[in-house]
Amino acid sequence: MIVELGHYALVLALALSLVLTVIPAWGAHTRDAALMGVARPAAFAMLFFTAASFVALAAAYVGSDFSVLNVFQNSHSAKPLAYKISGVWSNHEGSMLLWVLILAIFAGLVAWRGAAMPRRLLSYVLSVQGAIAAAFFLFILLTSNPFARVMPAPFEGEGLNPLLQDPGLAIHPPLLYLGYVGFSVAFSFAVGALLEGRIDAVWARFVRPWTLLAWAFLTLGIAMGSYWAYYELGWGGWWFWDPVENASLMPWLAGTALVHSIVVMEKRDALKVWTILLSILAFSLSLIGTFLVRSGVLTSVHSFASDPARGVFILCILVFFIGGGLTLFAWRAPVLRQGGLFAPVSREGALVLNNLFLAAACAAVFIGTLYPLALEAVTGAKISVGPPFFEATFLPLIVPLLLLVPVGQTLAWKRGDLLGVLQRLSAAFGLAFVGTIIVFATTRGGPVAAPLGVGLGFWLILGSLSEITSRSHRRGASVLTVLRRAAGLPRAAWGSAIAHAGVGVTVIGIAATAWGVERIATLKPGEQIALGPYQVTLEGVVPRNGPDYREVAALMVVRDGDRVIGRVEPGKRTFIARTTATSEAGLLTVGLGQIYASVAEVGAADGSAGVRLYWKPWVLLIWLGSVAMAAGGVLSLSDRRARVAAPARRAVPAAVPAE
Amino acid sequence: MSMRKLAASGLIAAALLASAPAWAVNPDEVLPDPAMEARARALSTELRCLVCQNQSIDDSDAPLARDLRVIVREKIKAGESDGAIKSYLVDRYGEFVLLKPSFSARTALLWAGPFAVLLGGVAVVWINGRRRRDEVATLSAEEEAAIRSLLDETPAESASPVTSPRTGSRS
Repeated sequence: MIVELGHYALVLALALSLVLTVIPAWGAHTRDAALMGVARPAAFAMLFFTAASFVALAAAYVGSDFSVLNVFQNSHSAKPLAYKISGVWSNHEGSMLLWVLILAIFAGLVAWRGAAMPRRLLSYVLSVQGAIAAAFFLFILLTSNPFARVMPAPFEGEGLNPLLQDPGLAIHPPLLYLGYVGFSVAFSFAVGALLEGRIDAVWARFVRPWTLLAWAFLTLGIAMGSYWAYYELGWGGWWFWDPVENASLMPWLAGTALVHSIVVMEKRDALKVWTILLSILAFSLSLIGTFLVRSGVLTSVHSFASDPARGVFILCILVFFIGGGLTLFAWRAPVLRQGGLFAPVSREGALVLNNLFLAAACAAVFIGTLYPLALEAVTGAKISVGPPFFEATFLPLIVPLLLLVPVGQTLAWKRGDLLGVLQRLSAAFGLAFVGTIIVFATTRGGPVAAPLGVGLGFWLILGSLSEITSRSHRRGASVLTVLRRAAGLPRAAWGSAIAHAGVGVTVIGIAATAWGVERIATLKPGEQIALGPYQVTLEGVVPRNGPDYREVAALMVVRDGDRVIGRVEPGKRTFIARTTATSEAGLLTVGLGQIYASVAEVGAADGSAGVRLYWKPWVLLIWLGSVAMAAGGVLSLSDRRARVAAPARRAVPAAVPAE
Repeated sequence: MSMRKLAASGLIAAALLASAPAWAVNPDEVLPDPAMEARARALSTELRCLVCQNQSIDDSDAPLARDLRVIVREKIKAGESDGAIKSYLVDRYGEFVLLKPSFSARTALLWAGPFAVLLGGVAVVWINGRRRRDEVATLSAEEEAAIRSLLDETPAESASPVTSPRTGSRS
């Protein structure tokens, strides 16, 4: 019964999304206040019914209702509760429902915060949100119904894919979707501005917090996915340039460019047309990411063609929104008035450069991901584009950008003084240089690029610090005054400094992977092996049981000299429901580095185990830096600027009746 | 998302192909000479496991990947250069085996594309900047006349026409 109600709620949500699409837009077009007044309640109602539908599916999962096909295929009664819940979005149908739920949440949030927004803009924005939601409601109802029943109801479910039964992957999809779908708000604002034919700094002020929020979530989502791949896939890599990873990196790069160009627009009323285009592109890339992953086109062009219903549907959605958005852009963008002027050497100029590099880096990922598909479709020739290609094209585009970040941060708006900036940064540069020399002198092995990479990280961190100190330090000021001034700086300044320092932290973590140590060996019980500065001893191989799996674990002790510093217990798990096996890495965190162990062959007569051991110094910095980036984004969006924007607008008398 | 789901299912497929799920490079494959082994590892990361989804033979646990790793190591021991080993594998399996496609007419767009985007962007910014500077720098005769008439007026009079459109646009 609950399941049918959930299905029905989804149909009602579709109806509401159509109302939301048509009526407020018509109201905005004809300047009819009553019709525009429909926008907010319709958005709230759409959110309510989408949430109800999602809760119904979650209830079916929690109650292990195997008469629902989706639950039967992806759940098992012995599964821990947390994974029953995360099972909802671990499959195609459920994850699309989560996608549209998050879209409805964003529409609801915009409606909630939008009381202060210009009426026509709000109506257009919510209309576009409604249209996107309508397309995905239709997609779910027509091709991917999560509420389909199975008769007769089986007694037991088939279980969740064991690789997905993991805390990292339980929260990775919602985070990633919050990012992907969050960019729909920027898209809707862009389309709204184009329809209205007006765009100004106020527009930028309204759209900026949403973009930052989406960007921060996407950053966390990607970092989470990367960490999951690192510890779950069993060979210790953290980024594979896999098409599914690239699908999330593309909107992130476009979103990063957008977050920067919006600042230019808000502060200086410049780069308007480009910001609108980026808003459309960021969400378009999110849609393309959804298409790539959901359609099966990545496996091969042929697998897409053999089961085309879903793929073709998403392709239609893609063509409609991307094509529609870009057509509208081409048609209406010339109407938009160009904004403020700036000298090439200025903060604006630096941000233009930032956008150019990010756009080119995004193009590298885009071309590299789609080229093999396009080439095969056109000529039938098969080529592979893998990590070596991306390293050869992406790095030359991103490293110059990173080198310039501290300079751009320090330049003044409108007309900058390059010489003055270099003087202000001389301390940061000098310290980073000395740091690089020290790293170079104290490390052994690894390529020359590694100390240089660490130096780049230092430069980014110190450059951000320098931005804070130079804004709070005045000659002769006491330490207390400086601290007070620093604390009094706008949150956006701190957010930017923390986010850029976070990039530096991640860069150091990436560079330090060059000093990693890898050992591949077959160990007998009691045998010891050296791993970088540590020694690892195999104690023995033991069988263990989990709630829904059996495991064979290799118990190992890690010593630093004579001192035991911890244990790693990598295992191989066989999941009862699917009789599939996964490798479970054993991790021991030492400072910011990790000892990483995975096991291959166990069960030999002499009790030996084939193991792969890594010492990964500073590896945690990769993800800690990403968390700092996201934190910087959130701090920046909580800035007073964003909060005072609303009251400033509310003062304007609106000829619109209250709701 | 199940962004990862696809990767995961690919991995599962790979795991099923290998009878016992393991990982890449097994202890018995490792060459005794560390320099040769390092070369083999570096080369392996550039070669695709042909039956896997987007995995190099260094990462993959599929039997075919193991075969290729062994071939690479045998050829390194026989003293062949990296280039010779690659071209041997390309002859045998096609261009598909290279994770970094070689530059050719077919892949020109792939290799040049990202940098073309950068250069194209720079060109657009430069041309746009020049055009706008010219627009702003040169005033038409009517604008010159308007400015002259404004300058002739008293400040009190000129204040209102200048400020009112601004307040107007703000509301």
